[in-house]
Amino acid sequence: MSTMIKMVRALTAAAAIAVAAPALAAGEGPHIPREQWSFAGPFGTFDKAQLQRGFKVYREVCSACHSLKQVSFRNLAQEGGLGYTEEQAKTIAADYTVTDGPNDDGDMYERPAVLADKFPSPFPNEQAARASNGGAYPPDFSLLAKARAAHRGFPWFVFDAFTQYQEQGPDYIHALLTSYGEEVPEGVTIPEGKHYNPAFLAGNAIGMAQPITDEAVEYTDGTPMTVDQYARDVAAFMMWAAEPHLEDRKKIGFRVMIFLIVFAGLLYFTKQKLWRNVEH
Amino acid sequence: MAGHSNYVPQSAAAKWLESRLPVISLVRGSFVDFPTPKNLNYWWTFGGILAVMLVAQIITGVVLVMHYTPSTGAAFNSVEHIMRDVNFGWMLRYLHANGASMFFIAVYIHIFRGMYYGSYKAPREISWILGVVIFLIMMGTAFMGYVLPWGQMSFWGATVITNLFSAIPLVGEAIRTWLWGGFAVDNPTLNRFFSLHYLLPFMIAGVVILHVWAFHTTGNNNPTGVQPKTKQDTVPFHPYYTIKDLFAIVVFMILFSWFAFYVPNYMGHPDNYIEANPLVTPAHIVPEWYFLPFYAILRAIPDKLGGVLAMFGAIAVLFVLPWLDTSKVRSGTYRPLFKQFFWIFALVCVALGYLGAMPAEPKYVFWARICTAYYFAHFLIILPLLGFLEKPKPLPASISEAVLKGGSASPAGAVSAPEIK
Repeated sequence: MSTMIKMVRALTAAAAIAVAAPALAAGEGPHIPREQWSFAGPFGTFDKAQLQRGFKVYREVCSACHSLKQVSFRNLAQEGGLGYTEEQAKTIAADYTVTDGPNDDGDMYERPAVLADKFPSPFPNEQAARASNGGAYPPDFSLLAKARAAHRGFPWFVFDAFTQYQEQGPDYIHALLTSYGEEVPEGVTIPEGKHYNPAFLAGNAIGMAQPITDEAVEYTDGTPMTVDQYARDVAAFMMWAAEPHLEDRKKIGFRVMIFLIVFAGLLYFTKQKLWRNVEH
Repeated sequence: MAGHSNYVPQSAAAKWLESRLPVISLVRGSFVDFPTPKNLNYWWTFGGILAVMLVAQIITGVVLVMHYTPSTGAAFNSVEHIMRDVNFGWMLRYLHANGASMFFIAVYIHIFRGMYYGSYKAPREISWILGVVIFLIMMGTAFMGYVLPWGQMSFWGATVITNLFSAIPLVGEAIRTWLWGGFAVDNPTLNRFFSLHYLLPFMIAGVVILHVWAFHTTGNNNPTGVQPKTKQDTVPFHPYYTIKDLFAIVVFMILFSWFAFYVPNYMGHPDNYIEANPLVTPAHIVPEWYFLPFYAILRAIPDKLGGVLAMFGAIAVLFVLPWLDTSKVRSGTYRPLFKQFFWIFALVCVALGYLGAMPAEPKYVFWARICTAYYFAHFLIILPLLGFLEKPKPLPASISEAVLKGGSASPAGAVSAPEIK
């Protein structure tokens, strides 16, 4: 195996030299700083309190425009998530109204949501959402933490495979929410109805006005009520919404790794023993 | 294959079966008693790794299909249903998606191993050609599989690739319409891609059997490129290579698990977590990483038809590789010049992959053109000439001799094989 590793290393190094020149020039797009996340790394887990705070931010602020179509109320009580009990999840669901039907008379009717329901969307369709938001479409939150990533460029993307950096989405969400309110630099014109945000991936003029300010959402557990903290919490919540089985995945992955490494070790010694009398 | 079997049926049941269908001796002759060169290194384990990956992809794929809905309105949500609601659905999908990447990592190593050690040369041309056929079907399968989740990259990747066929003169437009099953990538396209994505892996399995049959008829190549001469040069496949392959397979599974469990979206594109939208074009449409070198070649040619021809030509040239390489020496170990050109070629392929991921801006296109030219020059100019210009090192008389001299790389004073005299 060691020759293989050596060859792969040599190949990578040579490739680095061969393509470094054009790559260094490719540092386009906004710089997104890396943040600390409890769910990063091989043993990462969600911080339940943080997810609950993030959910509160979503409910009280974001959900006015952003849907959460893939998530059901029962997910709130799911293991590896927000840590609500089934009763608590039922209570939360009952605060929402969903349309059901048709009933026996053929009419649609409204009723309080139950655990089996998905989160209702703020707008009936994309057109309605655009009409209320100056033509921009507030994207669905369910997968956003996996659907956004700043371009990492060479050689960073190579290291990311080894350092297990998979939190580009939450980092971006945090950067976007904390990059409002900066002075528009000279030479940059922001169209009418758009807002300057240097972290925005698709240019620096974003349709969404600054959605949240300090003290906008009340935290009762003493966590600082700052935009930075809100951004962290809602980004963590969105990561959970995008990957509700993340904890399970990493937990099982660790067991799989231990098993495979031990198994490979045993196979290696078995192989050595079998081949000991063969010159090869 | 069966001819290598030492099997003599003992029990009455085995005798009864063997006289009617000699399946036991076939398996024994192919995977138990089969005489295998004793000097195969770990680069040779990728064939076994690929077989395991094919089976893994088929098993995870068959279970995924039980929960997937092939329709433009439901495909994206059904994949999310798998990720969220199906028991261990996230694991199945991540194993399947990353499995495709692992499959390509293994196949590229396998192909480059064949190139370095001259495994394509007589008498193994058929095995090589069947391998290229497998590679082509794999590419088709992977491409169609990427369309199934119906994300933005699925849709736009499918649009870009199917549009390539319209470059064919006269019938191009008709072929594209036929591929689409309509006038744009839409539900009929998704349905037929789903059908073919399920069919093609079984065709791969069929060609794999022929591929193995062919090199089991000629015998394996080996790092010296010298054919086994005596029984001392070979060992039975089992247990020697079953255990060595199994060890390599498990090590490869560690790499596979690293990606599937820890960085499952590393090989994917974030845009594919956005549902397909024919009205919104992504800023950069990029194919999966394993197509990037070919994508770079496609974009390097300023003419659409020329680009398509160059891209398919890059694979077509592999079919005739056995006749482009004029050197009588198989293994790159004994070819001092070839060895250097081989590594330059490998680097050029990596560079093409990088350039394929970059936007089609002048500086990248410029380098893509140079690399594309080199890619073809390697096959069409360098390899044919090297056979005449290069003075190979003396070959060992046999595998055993190479092994006893302490590694096949330094056969100083070895008796030259008759084939280079």
